[in-house]
Amino acid sequence: MSGITIQDIIKPENLVYQKTKLMTDNTLSYCPGCGHGTAHRLVMEIIEELGKEHETIGVAPVGCSVLAYEFMNVDMQQASHGRAPAVATGIKRVWPDKIVFTYQGDGDLAAIGTSETIHACNRGEQIVIVFINNGIYGMTGGQMAPTTLPGMKTSTSPYGRDVNSMGNPLKMTELVAQLPGTYFVTRQAVHTPSAVRKAKRAIKKAFQNQIDKKPGISFVEIVSNCNSGWKMAPVESNIWMEENMFPYYELGDIKKDGQLVEKK
Amino acid sequence: MGELRLMKGNEALAEAAIRAGADAYFGYPITPQSEVVEYLMAERPENRTGMVVLQAESEIASINMLYGAGGTGKRVMTSSSSPGISLMQEGLSYLAGAEIPCVVVNVVRGGPGLGDIQPAQSDYFQSVKGGGHGDYRLIVLAPSSVQEMSDHVPLSFDLAFKYRTPVLIVSDGLIGQMMEKVELFDQMPRLTDEELIEKYPWATNGKPVGKERRILTSLYLDPHRLERHNHHLQEKYREIKENEVMFETIDCDDADYIIVAYGSSARISQKTLQLARAEGIKVGLLRPITLWPYPENEIEKFVEKGVKGFLSVEMSAGQMIEDIQLTVKGRTKVAHFGRLGGVIHSPEEVLDALKQKLIGG
Repeated sequence: MSGITIQDIIKPENLVYQKTKLMTDNTLSYCPGCGHGTAHRLVMEIIEELGKEHETIGVAPVGCSVLAYEFMNVDMQQASHGRAPAVATGIKRVWPDKIVFTYQGDGDLAAIGTSETIHACNRGEQIVIVFINNGIYGMTGGQMAPTTLPGMKTSTSPYGRDVNSMGNPLKMTELVAQLPGTYFVTRQAVHTPSAVRKAKRAIKKAFQNQIDKKPGISFVEIVSNCNSGWKMAPVESNIWMEENMFPYYELGDIKKDGQLVEKK
Repeated sequence: MGELRLMKGNEALAEAAIRAGADAYFGYPITPQSEVVEYLMAERPENRTGMVVLQAESEIASINMLYGAGGTGKRVMTSSSSPGISLMQEGLSYLAGAEIPCVVVNVVRGGPGLGDIQPAQSDYFQSVKGGGHGDYRLIVLAPSSVQEMSDHVPLSFDLAFKYRTPVLIVSDGLIGQMMEKVELFDQMPRLTDEELIEKYPWATNGKPVGKERRILTSLYLDPHRLERHNHHLQEKYREIKENEVMFETIDCDDADYIIVAYGSSARISQKTLQLARAEGIKVGLLRPITLWPYPENEIEKFVEKGVKGFLSVEMSAGQMIEDIQLTVKGRTKVAHFGRLGGVIHSPEEVLDALKQKLIGG
């Protein structure tokens, strides 16, 4: 290797990947090991690839991704807790040719925002919803979410989620798939390179549906880790996610082209 | 002369929204204001002007649709009645914080709680003192006729965009439901998308080529930045207070006593003035048209002129009276009269109260 310097390697012909210009240079506020950063990047890469930088309006939620607008380099609105689908409805109804998306966590979308989520889906708003499900409230410090697994310990279920008194984890994605207003419903993950590639294809399809004015919402759930909230090391949390979250929140398409996918 | 029609207050308001060039209305039915969304749905404004009308799933959704659409620079409106307006308070706080212009209408009914569906003015505190959280103000207009239900709509849009702030029109079940002759203003054009983009560079409708993205948020995690943002809002509110106070005075020049009343109570009190004058009692009416900013300078002038007392007539247990007292500071008598819970006071009752509480008191 003698004689080869870094300058010899950094050449346009050697470039295989670069950060999308639609991610800002602001330092991500997410914990090291968290899946949010990857999910952000995928959404922004896709908007750049689809050439929609100047026609996209994103809606940030309340929760860990409340600051999504610091990182996503498109026009953004920050919504009150749970109301992103209503905010996105307002935008899309008066700018039907623009690309509108929400980026929401499980507390935002599946607890306080249940009504807005279901009704936006039921009206078939032509928007994309990106739903990050990590089974816990990360921002407020690890409290129980509607998607927390049975028996899972959080700061508000310190002895484990007792489904008899605390209810069962809510499969919002399966629920909205039942509504005629959803066109594409899928569940993905971003914890391995192959999962990231699949997730990217799914998110791209969701945005393409909106560009093509397909009837209804495209809804992408991403099952993600919360290593801080779960009190695990990042790698350990990903293994735990595969072993515990995926059996309950099964990955794959639930609805395609307005039709429920038959389970094999 | 504009087109003359006999209309309900709620219908005049809805027609005015179309004519004022509103881009969208989002709302949820509640008595006594359901005619607004009913009228708009029946009128098909999408065919007249391209205006969007959507029945939301709740008042919470309505106000957040306003946030989204208003945040793109469009002229957007919602309406509701007291319990529904309570549900919108979080949204109003966010709209004020993120400086998004919009028009919200409260056709007030009796409370608290579910109350009843009769006219009341018991949402004054909520309207002018800030029903949501944080240091913010709304510009609050109080129409007292069907004519003003129409006229206040374009005025509200102008103020909302001039100051980038939500404007609240506080009507009540009486003004909303009663029919009067109204002269409608001519159709105003909606802005084209190009005009809008040019006019409102803050609006989030797609990042302009070669420019920075726009962000609408009320979140400032650094307390010093949030303090600066709050100072900026307060500066704006000072400017509004300086420039936008509106009121009407009737028979005040020689008045010994001043009735202060807005909305329905102002209409009722006009008759009281006649009854009082017939008995030789010199009474005038000060009608605040803006409830915030409040016409406190007018109150001050009356105090300096030496009036013998103010009667705050409002269909509430006495809310606006506090704003009168703040200016009067004990220098002359201030009393309140009003029926509660949706009962409408008569001009005679107002006159009796004036005699008992100010003249005899």
